[in-house]
Amino acid sequence: MIARPKHQRLVLVLLAAIAVLGAVLLAMWGLKDRAAYFYTPADIVAGKGSDGKAMRLGGMVERGSVRRQSDGVTTRFIVEDGEGRVPVTYRGILPDLFREGSGVVAEGKLGSDRTFVADNILAKHDERYMPPELGNQAAEHKAGQTLKR
Amino acid sequence: MIAEAGLAALWLAAALSLLGLFLSVLHVRGTLEADRPVRALAIVQGAMCLFAFSMLLLVFARTDLSVALVVENSHSEKPFLYKVAGAWGNHEGSMLLWVMVLGLSGAALATFSRQLSSRTLIAALGAQAALALGFHAFLLGASNPFARLNPAAPEGRGLNPLLQDPGLAFHPPTLYLGYVGLSVAFSLAVGAMLAGDVDRRLARAMRPWVLGAWIFLTLGITAGSYWAYYELGWGGWWFWDPVENASLMPWLAATALLHSVAVLAARNALKAWTMMLAVIAFSMSMVGTFLVRSGILTSVHAFAVDPTRGAFLLLLLGIYVSAAFALFAVRAGSLREGAPFEPVSREAGIVVNNLLLTVILGIVFIGTLYPLFVEALSGEKLSVGAPYFNAVAGPLAILLGILLAVGPLLSWRREGRPILRKLALPALFAATALVIAFLAIPQASPLSKFGLALAAGLIPASLVPLIGRNPLRTPLATWGMAIAHMGAAVSVAGMAADSAFTTERLTAVKLGETVSVGPWLVAFQGISPVAGPNWTAVEAELHASRGGGVSVLRPQTRFFTSPPTETNEAAIDTFLNGQLYTVIGRSDEEGRWQLRLWWKPLVTLIWLGGGLIGFGGLLAFAGHARRSWRKRLAQ
Repeated sequence: MIARPKHQRLVLVLLAAIAVLGAVLLAMWGLKDRAAYFYTPADIVAGKGSDGKAMRLGGMVERGSVRRQSDGVTTRFIVEDGEGRVPVTYRGILPDLFREGSGVVAEGKLGSDRTFVADNILAKHDERYMPPELGNQAAEHKAGQTLKR
Repeated sequence: MIAEAGLAALWLAAALSLLGLFLSVLHVRGTLEADRPVRALAIVQGAMCLFAFSMLLLVFARTDLSVALVVENSHSEKPFLYKVAGAWGNHEGSMLLWVMVLGLSGAALATFSRQLSSRTLIAALGAQAALALGFHAFLLGASNPFARLNPAAPEGRGLNPLLQDPGLAFHPPTLYLGYVGLSVAFSLAVGAMLAGDVDRRLARAMRPWVLGAWIFLTLGITAGSYWAYYELGWGGWWFWDPVENASLMPWLAATALLHSVAVLAARNALKAWTMMLAVIAFSMSMVGTFLVRSGILTSVHAFAVDPTRGAFLLLLLGIYVSAAFALFAVRAGSLREGAPFEPVSREAGIVVNNLLLTVILGIVFIGTLYPLFVEALSGEKLSVGAPYFNAVAGPLAILLGILLAVGPLLSWRREGRPILRKLALPALFAATALVIAFLAIPQASPLSKFGLALAAGLIPASLVPLIGRNPLRTPLATWGMAIAHMGAAVSVAGMAADSAFTTERLTAVKLGETVSVGPWLVAFQGISPVAGPNWTAVEAELHASRGGGVSVLRPQTRFFTSPPTETNEAAIDTFLNGQLYTVIGRSDEEGRWQLRLWWKPLVTLIWLGGGLIGFGGLLAFAGHARRSWRKRLAQ
């Protein structure tokens, strides 16, 4: 049974519309609980970010806070932004550009003890690159420090 | 002088595209017969762009430190290959590369697409000139690659060491050839809609461009994935990073277009749909360029770029895409209706393929841009990663894979043949593999179990269309299709195997200690300093064995001085059944070194499959080229 051309065209248009609508609905459903929000230490201190939900934490690695654990591969450090401090533990090899006093974004989850358990650490990429979200924050942070002085 | 010559050529090329656009409008409106001049202008414009890019290569090869771009991205002591690759390893140079490929493809269109009606061809060249004009304006107005530095710098700042890798030196040009190849499909669609000539002739002219662009995109994505895998040292092959998605989205659209263009060429059906896909495919290239070049996204690849450039690119994107969609809206209704077809036929199979690809494209598109929308609307920052993409697009990709087995067995117009019987054996393989996967590897994710089963069925199924045919008489295009489909199955096998079977070991070891990963025993035998042309490194010596002989791996941590950077150089040993992947980390006070080991069974199939897909495309390309050559000879 070959449908009449006009009829078939209508069916195709309908199918295409359903496909696009389906993509949007699927995407919205998927995004609802799988998007990871970006928080600063100040946000965490203010109570944002629920336990056990994937998120990103961005700030500066506090100077003198980096401690290697006895297993040799777990590192603990503190991420701060001048307004808050969040302890982070990470099991793995730190990226090459991870430095005390330098910008970092940790991906992971907040534990019930408010310690951030990172499963991925992103550090500044090179001298000229910085995650845009950290770039703003570093500038604000610097401005804040200057004001305090 | 060299830089000035390059800049002059760029201005000349911009002027030529303006003239070409003007003349082509006159030609299409019928006021002036300008067929030959427009074609000649397109060819000269392409030559000017090629000249300008050659001049850029020359200033980089000579490390001319009076050119700002060279100072920013090169260094006199850099290896020669990376001096040359430095020409396109930055914003301005890569935009010039983009413009050059755009110009050359316009020239090629003017030279080779004689089978089209003059109105369609000239309208398409006009559209191509309009695209070129916008990018010339961007280059000359906001990203001049030839800007001088006065006084000249004593030394350059060097190229980002992560980019100093043969894989990455050739990866962007490959992707750009794909991106820009789709511009020709776009221009042809716009030209045909303007001239009112959407037919099989157009599809035959468009197909080699889509196929070529698709081959380059496939190879570019495959190479980029392998680069990220071995260079970034994190052991993964796909990150769902926005910049990766920027290349995946045009690929998805091009894959859909490649199939629908075949329907248009063979059956004169799916006219409006094919035109829309051609517009969408190039729009995705532009969205990709915008995402990468505007620095708007947080990404391991994105470099902070000045925001006026982002606005400029967004403006170009808005103008071209909205103009093309407006044209489509006006003209789609008046396209003559195509040939109708049965609900079970090759055409219908390709419609379903197109719908699935479009839905996946939509999901990737929304996931990639969602963070931007949320931040613009509410100021909240968020990221969308693998959990979303895998959960939402993964099952659809499996469905698409099943269709991959069925589609090629359907015949055009109507289904008369018993395809279920032909698929019985592959289906049995798939079912057996699924049962084994559920019993033997309960820890693996459902997606990887279904992926393994799909691959087990699809690898034999992709050969079914060749069964019972004389291999020498089978058209190259059919071979190409079978090999490309098998490549997709091989890739799926690699992805599923990597996620199901990989074993990982992360530990800190002292000299002389041995650790195990999978079937391997890896002994930490030495640590020593080594020096390269522009770096020094700490290198570990690892002796790996599993019963038989010993293989030696030497992972490094490299230190570059200009710019001051550290990079991790993973050491990877490839075997028939997988790869051993090793990374050395830092040392501690007790003399222990961090060591990360992965045993990744069958992981190489991912890129082998990518290569097969590209090779299949190449065979199809050769088949079509041979056929049109013979036709030309016969005339």
